[in-house]
Amino acid sequence: MKPRAPCGWLSRLSVAALLAVSWPAMAYQLDDWASVVAEARGQSVYFNAWGGDATINEYLDWVAGRMADEYGVEVVHVKLADTAEAVSRVLAEKAAGNTEDGAIDLIWINGENFAAMQKNDLLYGPWVESLPNFALTRPQANPEVREDFTLPTAGLESPWGKAQLTFYYDSARVDEPPRSIPALLDWARAHPGRFTYPLVPDFLGSSFLKQALLGLVDDPEPLYRPVDEADFAAVTAPLWEYLDELHPYLWREGEDFPASSAALRQLMGDGELSLAFTFTPSEPAVAVANYQLPKSTRSYVLDAGTLGNVHFVAIPFNASHKAGALALANFLLSPRAQARKQSIDGWGDASVLAMDALSERQRAAFQADSDNPARLPPGALANTLAEPHPSWMERLEQAWQARYVAQ
Amino acid sequence: MSASLHVALVRLAAWLAIILLGVPVAAGLAGVIAPAFGWLPALGGHEPTLEHWQALTRRPGLAGMVALSYASGLASAALALAIVALFIGVFLHSRWFGAVQRLLSPLLAVPHAAAAIGLAFLLSPSGLVSRWLSPWASGWQFPPNYLFPGDPYGLALILGLTLKEVPFLLLMSLAALPQCRARERMRVARALGYRPLAGFLKAVMPGLYPLLRLPLYAVIAFASSTVDVALILGPSTPPPLAVAVMRWLNDPDLAMRFMASAGALLQFAVTLTALASWWLLERLVARALRDWPGDGRRRFGERVGALLGGGAIGLVVVLVLASLAGLILWSLAAYWPFPEAWPQPLTPRNWLRGAGGFVDPLAQAALIGGVATLIALVLVTGALEAETFRHRPPRAGVQWLLYLPLLVPSVAFLFGLVLMQTQAGLTPGLAAVIGGHAIFVLPYVFLSLAESYRRLDPRWTQLARSLGASPAGVFWRVRLPLLTTPLLTAAAVGFAVSIGQYLPTLLLGAGRISTITTEAVTLASGGDRRLTAVYALLQLLLPALGFALALGLPRLLLRRRAGLLSRP
Repeated sequence: MKPRAPCGWLSRLSVAALLAVSWPAMAYQLDDWASVVAEARGQSVYFNAWGGDATINEYLDWVAGRMADEYGVEVVHVKLADTAEAVSRVLAEKAAGNTEDGAIDLIWINGENFAAMQKNDLLYGPWVESLPNFALTRPQANPEVREDFTLPTAGLESPWGKAQLTFYYDSARVDEPPRSIPALLDWARAHPGRFTYPLVPDFLGSSFLKQALLGLVDDPEPLYRPVDEADFAAVTAPLWEYLDELHPYLWREGEDFPASSAALRQLMGDGELSLAFTFTPSEPAVAVANYQLPKSTRSYVLDAGTLGNVHFVAIPFNASHKAGALALANFLLSPRAQARKQSIDGWGDASVLAMDALSERQRAAFQADSDNPARLPPGALANTLAEPHPSWMERLEQAWQARYVAQ
Repeated sequence: MSASLHVALVRLAAWLAIILLGVPVAAGLAGVIAPAFGWLPALGGHEPTLEHWQALTRRPGLAGMVALSYASGLASAALALAIVALFIGVFLHSRWFGAVQRLLSPLLAVPHAAAAIGLAFLLSPSGLVSRWLSPWASGWQFPPNYLFPGDPYGLALILGLTLKEVPFLLLMSLAALPQCRARERMRVARALGYRPLAGFLKAVMPGLYPLLRLPLYAVIAFASSTVDVALILGPSTPPPLAVAVMRWLNDPDLAMRFMASAGALLQFAVTLTALASWWLLERLVARALRDWPGDGRRRFGERVGALLGGGAIGLVVVLVLASLAGLILWSLAAYWPFPEAWPQPLTPRNWLRGAGGFVDPLAQAALIGGVATLIALVLVTGALEAETFRHRPPRAGVQWLLYLPLLVPSVAFLFGLVLMQTQAGLTPGLAAVIGGHAIFVLPYVFLSLAESYRRLDPRWTQLARSLGASPAGVFWRVRLPLLTTPLLTAAAVGFAVSIGQYLPTLLLGAGRISTITTEAVTLASGGDRRLTAVYALLQLLLPALGFALALGLPRLLLRRRAGLLSRP
């Protein structure tokens, strides 16, 4: 048997496959929303979003039902264990020259992943300002919906929800949790082995470094400019001194770290820790409802405020169903979808809409729907610290690894 | 079927096997090698360079990562082989053998990650053992602060890997025992006055070991490059190399991909070095023990061996069963605080919560696994049958080709595969996923089947031919029935491998194909141990069914050929 024959057969097959692909015509105009909705009808939108939380998955099921009924758009939630998997796919498609027929239509994204995709021209847009519902975020008054870790979003990603670093503790074991970064060290000394942070460079672990740094420096101003313009060693010296003192009092004496925010929460549920933190303010309350944390769990933010950011959805440059993705992004910003998302029974993720942009009736849907004691007290999230420039994250991660990985 | 058609079909199968592996593996490897040396135009890499290798050598903790991967691969394989050899040697003829065999074989179906989660929960400071002892014996009101699993020497990792490898090697041995005529050899040895362990090690082992060599290599390759088990049981500062490579590949900074590819190649080299070390060790042991089987001594630490073999296999069974029990308890638990030894109240809520979602993924996984295994089985049988025409062993290159999918870390390898899929214009979907699974299933089917197939006594064929049977007739009516047990075992192993695939399913199906494993892995990333347990148990269901069939069918099919059953 000569190897030629299967090759010829294979190439004929791939030609046939290419012919079978219909080339999507640009039948919609971004400035004519009705044309987008018309084009979207009948499309299947592949929404690639982290699938690690049953509550979020249920919320997306509800979204899919509404989109099918109201727009005739089929929404398929492609469940990811890590957003990088989707980034990797778009990159592979670009490398292979697939510029029209990508498998991903919408990605849940922010921070470093967004910066990387934008830098490598992997995103479609600008399109966000064309969404009718985007105006409800009042972007002039709320600049954070146009900024992702200090980077301008340039209309390439649409805001979806808000996150803020939130501490939680077991009130049956902790009377008075620490309310500042220096107080955390004293608390850890008094309760050795009952606190830790996720392994850097996990997102939450790196966020802890930034939070600690913001709580230790006298002047945070250099952190909001690129790291090259500052004296890295001098600015971060207090952080390393702090961590050197803290580590012996961490869980496992700082020799091992949990892999992620989820692993940290599990350690709280197992009773190994009595103080932890998360980037999803509603997570402790939802976890109590799901039996993952004790009923005595309470949440709070540090007195001087904690890091906060916005998460977004973006469309890859080669998405096959851009109109459907646009319609979906717009629906995700609708008062109805945002209100359900914020309710603790829906998902518990804070809305990005400006309340003063809504009608009385729309606002009513956002009223706190339950008084779960594990939830943050109202108003706690107002105390938000902006994310430092993304270049700091990378340098902090490298310095941390050089200091604590190669022991 | 005419003789020439049979020969043509068999040769075609052999070629297809090579193409099915060769093309994707070449594409996959190219997708690693090119970026490692700086070439990936989509990320602006147009110039060949060594700077990414330099960046790799500057990574903090690199030496520790390499050492962990290398040592855990070799140590767990050696430990598993020792346990299996002692156990078979001591218990081959006792009634315990059947019992342990029935207990251990289904354990093979436990997915690696699920077994690791179960083990971690069993032994961690807030785990089941610690709960049982607290507070009455230990005085612990809160979980203690000892470092296990995740210890810096990787002992928990080695333990976890060994637990999964023992059932695999035992199953491989059971399929191979009849082929190396263990029963006859043992009978002669015992008749000459050898005690069981000495008889086994001196008379059976020299025949059995060559049949176990390929499975052992696969075990070493898997253990030295595992990601999922190492994530759960391995240390984190630094982690084993494969875990670090996966993190680099998933780093949001896409420029890290260059160094990650160099890391993937380094991982490949570490695995090859581990294999070479084992091969060398094998030679040294063979030379050192050259005269040992013939030294005439009839005993070899019989009592110690019985104690060790029985104790070790007992420990394996207990640990795996307790890990499973822990998973079952968690799947029924509401909030379950330390130090309560028993979850109260038990609730079906975790199962009900997932109930709507797991029927389709189960059916999908069964379909993909079934078709991929069938493809692999047909191609492997064809390739092995083709060998019999040539009357010589296949070229070494072809052998290595078969193992490449096992050796290259799959995160890196799959990137190249997706690239090729896109370039060939193959739509992501069911067909692509089945093809991708077949690539990973084929090597395992091959290594499960190869030695048994090659060592099938050629005199059966000669006898049948001399009685006038055609080559096709010999194949269908003599050789295949003789190989029923190894064929079914290979199919069950292949099916289990397919069920366990996460990345190929996700990447080649563009996430549109969801199997029970993709659901389980994504849910596990959310860290809800109750749902993770539910899905891990569901994930276990299909392969367990496969192994049950593999063990049960021969008894049914071979009612009238009892001599072929693997019972020694």
